[in-house]
Amino acid sequence: MRSGIIAKKVGMTRLFMEDGKQIPVTVLSLDGLQVVAQRTEEKDGYTAVQLGAGTAKAKRTSKAMRGHFAAAKVEPKRKLAEFRVPAEGLIEVGAEISAEHFLAGQKVDVTGTSIGKGFAGAMKRHNFGGLRASHGVSISHRSHGSTGQCQDPGRVFKGKKMAGHMGAARVTTQNLEVVKTDAERGLVFIKGAVPGPKSGWVTVKDAVKKKAPEGLPFPAALKTAEAPAEGGEA
Amino acid sequence: MDLIAQLEAEQIAALGKEIPDFKAGDTIRVGYKVTEGSRTRVQMYEGVCISRKNGSGIAGSFTVRKISFGEGVERVFPLFSTNIDSIEVVRRGRVRRAKLYYLRSRRGKSARIAEDANYKPKKA
Repeated sequence: MRSGIIAKKVGMTRLFMEDGKQIPVTVLSLDGLQVVAQRTEEKDGYTAVQLGAGTAKAKRTSKAMRGHFAAAKVEPKRKLAEFRVPAEGLIEVGAEISAEHFLAGQKVDVTGTSIGKGFAGAMKRHNFGGLRASHGVSISHRSHGSTGQCQDPGRVFKGKKMAGHMGAARVTTQNLEVVKTDAERGLVFIKGAVPGPKSGWVTVKDAVKKKAPEGLPFPAALKTAEAPAEGGEA
Repeated sequence: MDLIAQLEAEQIAALGKEIPDFKAGDTIRVGYKVTEGSRTRVQMYEGVCISRKNGSGIAGSFTVRKISFGEGVERVFPLFSTNIDSIEVVRRGRVRRAKLYYLRSRRGKSARIAEDANYKPKKA
């Protein structure tokens, strides 16, 4: 179990490969991804790393959170997330994680908040077929139809699929392939779509249902001592 | 320029493809790489370009229509496909539409396209 990452969805594009294939990819960007805190067995009863990403204005960060970031000696972050790791997988506080954390070809699970659809009908929400266009159907072409039986049981069963609020929920898409990574700009290219809108936050973890490839950086791929970040020295 | 546009521009530059100036109505010859077993060869496909879609960016594509053994055949090619070996303009056509889908319902004489006699290449 390695730590995952927090990334921002930039958008989608396509990549043309040498063998003539074109791959639809989602571009995720790692923006100032740093370890903000550690959770330890003695103190918290479990082990995890808390990562932070993005930049938040100090004046819009609450005093309590400012103290939390100051304790880690990192800039205020926009998004925080915890990742459960074993005790030997803890990462030093303040360490910056690079896009090389993932290898090209490996499978990952991506979690995000899906785009909100508002109050959606049964056709859109549950892929119902709707009613017929003609043959006496009046006004209710997109309705869900019957919701149950008759006097026995005399009620609608719990969990009946009906119209209601759709989207804006936490969604995990499993087993997406990492096509390539760009450590310089902190980009991860993932095959296919990931949940959420552009510029939405997602978390990316190693796939739980696939065997991890050999040679994954453990506990994490870190940026080396700010030398590439400053640019002038490198 | 946003990051996606920048990545696409970089990819176009990296692919290093020379796309000739052509539009709907032009007759073009496309060299398409075909893999048969282990060896690849280039297959020529010549016909009228009846549509260009999604501009000249990485998502661009074009449709080529030809009559093959009395049967209309249309193929859609991605503009920057690595399977395309060459694109060659055979004849410039003069048309008044961007999409020539009306050719699908025409046969023979009425499906002809007049040649554009005074074609001027676009300035780069």
